[in-house]
Amino acid sequence: MADVIVIGGGPAGLGAALEAKKTGAESVVILERDRELGGILNQCIHNGFGLHEFQEELTGPEYAQRFINQVKDEEIDVYLNTMVLDLTEDRKVTVLGDEGVQVIQGKSVVLAMGCRERTAGAIDLQGYRPAGVYNAGMAQRILNMEGYQVGREVVIYGSGDIGLIMARRMTLEGAKVKAVVEVMPHSSGLYRNIAQCLEDYDIPLLLRHQIQKVYGKDRIEGVTISQIDDQWRTVEGTEKIISCDTLLLSVGLIPENELSEKGNVPLDSGTKGAIVNSTMETGIPGIFSCGNVLHVHDIVDFVTKESRIAGRNAARFARNELPRGEEIPTRPGKGVTYTLPQKLMLEDPDGVTLFLRSDVIYKKARVKVKEGDRLVKEKRERLIVPSEMVQITLDPEELRELNGEIIVEIVGEKND
Amino acid sequence: MEKLSLRLWVRKMTRVVEKEITCIACPMGCKLEIIRDEDKYVIEGYKCKKGLEYGEQELKDPRRIITTTVTVKGGFLPLVPVKTDKPLPKGLIFDLMKVIDGMSIEAPVEMGQILLENFQETGVNIVATRDLPEKILKK
Ligand SMILES: Cc1cc2nc3c(=O)[nH]c(=O)nc-3n(C[C@H](O)[C@H](O)[C@H](O)COP(=O)(O)OP(=O)(O)OC[C@H]3O[C@@H](n4cnc5c(N)ncnc54)[C@H](O)[C@@H]3O)c2cc1C
Ligand code: SF4
Repeated sequence: MADVIVIGGGPAGLGAALEAKKTGAESVVILERDRELGGILNQCIHNGFGLHEFQEELTGPEYAQRFINQVKDEEIDVYLNTMVLDLTEDRKVTVLGDEGVQVIQGKSVVLAMGCRERTAGAIDLQGYRPAGVYNAGMAQRILNMEGYQVGREVVIYGSGDIGLIMARRMTLEGAKVKAVVEVMPHSSGLYRNIAQCLEDYDIPLLLRHQIQKVYGKDRIEGVTISQIDDQWRTVEGTEKIISCDTLLLSVGLIPENELSEKGNVPLDSGTKGAIVNSTMETGIPGIFSCGNVLHVHDIVDFVTKESRIAGRNAARFARNELPRGEEIPTRPGKGVTYTLPQKLMLEDPDGVTLFLRSDVIYKKARVKVKEGDRLVKEKRERLIVPSEMVQITLDPEELRELNGEIIVEIVGEKND
Repeated sequence: MEKLSLRLWVRKMTRVVEKEITCIACPMGCKLEIIRDEDKYVIEGYKCKKGLEYGEQELKDPRRIITTTVTVKGGFLPLVPVKTDKPLPKGLIFDLMKVIDGMSIEAPVEMGQILLENFQETGVNIVATRDLPEKILKK
């Protein structure tokens, strides 16, 4: 029996466990399937983490280490090499660890399992599946943690941040990155990563291009790329063969919710994570969710922020102190692909931070929180890009005044 | 069209947009414009002081923080992640990579430990970015 069981020892799990302890949970347990704490951050050796949390730029491992050190200083039970196999609605957690299979009862549970990469199957590639085709995150782990060279001549498919970071990383390790190929008319990565990972090393970014075919039977030997038009049709005569021994796929991340589904936690088809209220509680009482398992984050500082809300409320639940009250739904409006949390608890003593993602790039934008026609809150942003989440906060008073469905929208100059 | 006429207007005012660069000092990634006004340069488009500083540095001597890994003997993992503790002049990046490729250190390593001091008299040190104990962590 534990007050709070945290599943996953990445930044979300670490933040939730620490905050649960601070809020008065007596026994807090972290269950981690890997050989160490830190999650995905251990392989993200680049800098760019912690500007909000620590007001300085840290690398992924440094960010993780600071939290790991805090966890070591607290009485938090950490179980490594421990895979969670099952979860029930009444918060029984089945684990496979050093001592075989065990069942632990939690008064509350925090889901913090992170996300996984979409696989090659998620995109349409002709040809064989020869060696040398990797998911970008997998390649990152092999290179940065296991110390194996991944390849010498590289093409990267998808221009999300992981792809961009890996383009630079492999260049530094002596590989030639021939191109980053992106089907969309814009990169889904951060501008700074296009500048410091591609432009710095003269790596071409081919927008509105696709990979048509993969060559090579045992090991990849090359790819055919071509330009595509607005209707996603190949532009005749633009086909080109690029030789390479490595193809990295950076085609996106999806929350890892198999376990949540076992616990009958209702999921959102937009975020692919749990539906939560502003306390980060899922549809199942006493089960909370935060971090990349809830929705894919690009900034770890926000993961930490969210995980503290989940940890705090999980501790309150365990101590029978979680406030209950009326909940109202939130909905993405114009220009917004999703908002989170999906429900606001009006009695939330902490107020609420709404997270949202835009559909395209907006300049001179306004983020509006509306209840019917009433404008509840507005925030100006000079630039909003889909790759960066926008936050808007409602304080406890603003929250208590609400009584109908909340719509969040973005208006501004579209820039595509 | 609008942009072009704006440029012409700007040029008339003796100010020329020389170059557009992306500020990398935070995830906002603001577009900075380097504008030549007769014989001096002006930077516009930054949203905060750090952006101005970045633009000025980028004009006179572009530098970058470099992160990579160093081989470790007898460690819990075969590599320890490292970074330059200050931005390194861009022209020296591949020289540094060559030196680091040849390095090997002994576990244990502690976060912040200096593994290479004052690289080529630049004042830049290579520091470890995590603890790396000798053998497998046991709880
Ligand atoms: C390649 C990459 C680059 C990034 N770059 C940046 C950046 O520059 N700046 C920035 O701020 N953010 C960056 N991010 C985002 C940030 O790192 C993530 O949002 C953050 O690490 C997510 O934390 P998490 O704890 O939710 O997930 P994770 O770090 O993935 O942790 C989840 C943990 O749960 C464990 N787990 C999963 N399932 C189970 C199970 N069944 N049983 C037990 N344990 C389980 C996993 O082993 C893992 O340790 C990047 C992310 C990636 C992937
Ligand atoms: S100018 Fe300031 S806000 Fe804009 S990217 Fe640079 S550091 Fe960030």
